[in-house]
Amino acid sequence: MTANYWDYVARRFGIMLLVVFLAVSINFALPRLMPGDPIENQLNQLMASGGGAMGDVGAMVASYRARFGLDQSIVTQYLAYWQSVFSLDLGFSLTNYPERVGDAILAGLPWTLGLLGFATLVSFTVGTLLGGLMGWPRSPRLLKSFGSGVLLLSSVPYFLIGMILLYFFAVVFRIFPAGGGMPFGMSAGFNLETIRAIAWHATLPLLSIIIAEIGAWAIGMRGMMVSVLGEDYIALADAKGLRPRRIFLRYGMRNALLPQMTKLAMALGHIVSGAILVEVIFSYPGIGFRLYQAIQSKDYFVVQGIVLLLSVSIAIAMFILDLIYPLIDPRIAKGK
Amino acid sequence: MGRFSSFAAELARNKTLLLGLLLLLTICLLAVLGPFFVDFANSRVGATIPRSPPTPEHWFGTDGQGRDMFTVMILAMPQTLRIGITAGLISLSVGVALGLVAGFAGGWVDTVIRLASDVMMTIPGIAILVLVAANVREMTVELMAVIVATLSWMVAARTIRAQTLSLRERGYVQVARLNGTSGLKLVFVEVLPNLLPFIAASFVITVSNAMLATVGLEALGLGPQNELTLGMTIYWAQFYGAIIRGMWWWWGPPILTIATIFVGLMLTSAGMDSFVNKRLGAN
Repeated sequence: MTANYWDYVARRFGIMLLVVFLAVSINFALPRLMPGDPIENQLNQLMASGGGAMGDVGAMVASYRARFGLDQSIVTQYLAYWQSVFSLDLGFSLTNYPERVGDAILAGLPWTLGLLGFATLVSFTVGTLLGGLMGWPRSPRLLKSFGSGVLLLSSVPYFLIGMILLYFFAVVFRIFPAGGGMPFGMSAGFNLETIRAIAWHATLPLLSIIIAEIGAWAIGMRGMMVSVLGEDYIALADAKGLRPRRIFLRYGMRNALLPQMTKLAMALGHIVSGAILVEVIFSYPGIGFRLYQAIQSKDYFVVQGIVLLLSVSIAIAMFILDLIYPLIDPRIAKGK
Repeated sequence: MGRFSSFAAELARNKTLLLGLLLLLTICLLAVLGPFFVDFANSRVGATIPRSPPTPEHWFGTDGQGRDMFTVMILAMPQTLRIGITAGLISLSVGVALGLVAGFAGGWVDTVIRLASDVMMTIPGIAILVLVAANVREMTVELMAVIVATLSWMVAARTIRAQTLSLRERGYVQVARLNGTSGLKLVFVEVLPNLLPFIAASFVITVSNAMLATVGLEALGLGPQNELTLGMTIYWAQFYGAIIRGMWWWWGPPILTIATIFVGLMLTSAGMDSFVNKRLGAN
């Protein structure tokens, strides 16, 4: 395992570095490829749209000029940009000036991480189990036809399901709140009441991601289960007279589960992209909603900062998952 | 002719594929023929009485700014489909070309193409799309298609590369090569026709991915500003709080249409999958 493993790690690490490099470079290059002075553009656009409290415009222009160093060579600018990325200095928000972009992101991050983490965990578990059962010949027919319905839902974007849930469970029947992360004006503390309020507000956004995502996991698992059940060792286990339950769990599920885990890394980008609009629909105070607000108010530096954070953190998360996989399934490092 | 009748027989057996194609056909017919039967003027702001629920004159009601929702839907459908299909075609061509080159050339060319597709798969597409869309002056249907395409060619490239690798070693390709068939002829005469089922299958997946990105961008308000699109309709409905205000006729039709398109694409893709794999098994 060792030599292969390190080859594999080096390859995955290289890909991660490339992605980070590309993400930062694209962030640097795009505004400069557009005609005109990026600062003038941004401020002019903002002025034209009459965007609220502008703060001290002069100070902002000065700060951006120094930051971009637009009179210097492009190489110097590029290096300076990397330096500011490394020191996590992403500049100021244009619409909520003196707020720093980094702080704006930090404020939204826990909400998004909680939403995504919980939704992914639940949908992965339920979807994998459902898919396994759908691929198992002895499962009741009712479960299979119910499962097919769930599979269809997986093709629909999360936010569409969110809109339907919002209408029925917050507008027609006022069971759940229509938006936000917790009741307006409530101060967060580490107590049962806060946790209950947060869970209450998160229910509908969570459900919209989970409902759509279960099917995606079930499809992959069903396919894997069917092909695993065709293996000789299943026939042998059957011939030995093992109980079906044992064959299903120990022989079927366990082997079909491994490729399923590797798909988790591939799915990350997809899940994050989908969750952005779910946050928008529910005005959920995470990164996605902040991104939407920034796009609307043309708060360019916040957009840039969030995009950079998303690309880099997904690259790192995928790398970490990639490191773990060969430990679970040695076949991965042996090459595809 | 024989090919057509065998396809028809396959459709009769493959209910999933049939249903998927029927759904897509319905949507496409509505999108192509619909605009001939509606009055464009009704899709302008202030054309009718705003916020009216469905009535005999306005089948889908009217939105908060007085647009007739039925007209809006009929006009928005072709735009969104155009972006999705154009983006799908561009990324399919790029993907097939790269997949063929990688599969045939091997060596460092293959390594570079594989690395590029791995990297592109890691980058969250919507993040880059948001950045580009936020930067361009004016978004158009064509520009949108190109941007979406640059981020969705990877599935096709991977599928075609894998199939090329296996086809390359088949007996008839080897025979043709030993007979002195030149490289290009080998690709276009011997290999490409046999890839057609896979190309068709990748096309459906590619269009589906492209549509997902397109609808998402439009719903974030980053789509073509001067055109009616399905996602843009949802953007405005969301912007004016149509859900909270109980105006289900405003956001219901675009949601149903988008859901139908995705379910149709998924059924077609699943149906094709069993079709393609069966052909492969028979060979």
